[in-house]
Amino acid sequence: MHEMGIASSLLKIIKREMKRSKLKKLKKVRVKIGELTAVEPEALRFCFETSIMDTDLDGAILEIEDVPLTGECVDCGTKFRFQHFVSLCPACGGKKIEKLTGTELDLVSIEAV
Amino acid sequence: MHDILIEKKILAENGAIAGANRRAFIERGVYVINMVSSPGAGKTSLIEQMAPLLLEALDAFAVVVGDLEGDLDAVRIAGHGVPVKQITTGRACHLDAHDIAHALQWALDQNTRLLIIENVGNMVCPAEYDLGEDMMVTVLSVAEGDDKPLKYPAIFNTSGALVINKIDLAPYTDFDIGRARRNALAINPVLQIFETSCRTGEGIKEFCAFLAAKALALRREADTNR
Repeated sequence: MHEMGIASSLLKIIKREMKRSKLKKLKKVRVKIGELTAVEPEALRFCFETSIMDTDLDGAILEIEDVPLTGECVDCGTKFRFQHFVSLCPACGGKKIEKLTGTELDLVSIEAV
Repeated sequence: MHDILIEKKILAENGAIAGANRRAFIERGVYVINMVSSPGAGKTSLIEQMAPLLLEALDAFAVVVGDLEGDLDAVRIAGHGVPVKQITTGRACHLDAHDIAHALQWALDQNTRLLIIENVGNMVCPAEYDLGEDMMVTVLSVAEGDDKPLKYPAIFNTSGALVINKIDLAPYTDFDIGRARRNALAINPVLQIFETSCRTGEGIKEFCAFLAAKALALRREADTNR
């Protein structure tokens, strides 16, 4: 259960940004979570909501975009979505795969006034 | 209403500290591995078995041990004449780059060529926290399932090597070493796989030789750049 640590890192960045932009009320937070990360979206949501309860940020909505794990075969160039995390090109059977998406653990944007 | 684009990694701060750790270690020619596993897979026993071989091959190596509580593992490892630093994480289920930054100067002072970081027993959280290591090593024991790579893909994907431990117990379990290898390689085709037993000593030499070669190569590179 490290989602609490991730929620606290997330809030640290948000608070810094709000202070810098002189914003008072946080409305929405958008994050991206890749399929390959070891982060459980609902656990992160729970930790986020618990962390902001009864604080200035209370009421803010966390919007999570799940990003599928996709890759590109180095040998034949086929782009594909991983099935069961298996690193294998479905077209040529190649094993040299560049990951395109699915490792994100990103704060994308915030809405605030 | 302001919509502010931030586009930042949530763990950017950890990543920055890990990057600084990595640069400091590489500059001093210290090869660092981050050893992860479930609780009870045998990380400490493995390090104990490796101690005499690594001391012989490298003159010096050091260990940082992360545990929720207590210093039992550190005491065991120190008994083999290896410098050990204990990090007690309290409630945290993993080490982070900050923990290692605190241990960095100690590790450099040991004048070591190889630093083994024994992470907290946990196969989920350490996958997200870069410590500044050169390689993550996952230990999987045959008392667990051979399907574990498929259930914890992040950690197997991040690792450079896999040690299948307690192979002396394999005849008494349903663990199929061949299947475990296939599952691990499906997730990570470039994974280096070793099979070890701390009871019989099997495979320990091979794994130590692999680490020693990595450490010596890094040291040569650091000496050239000096």
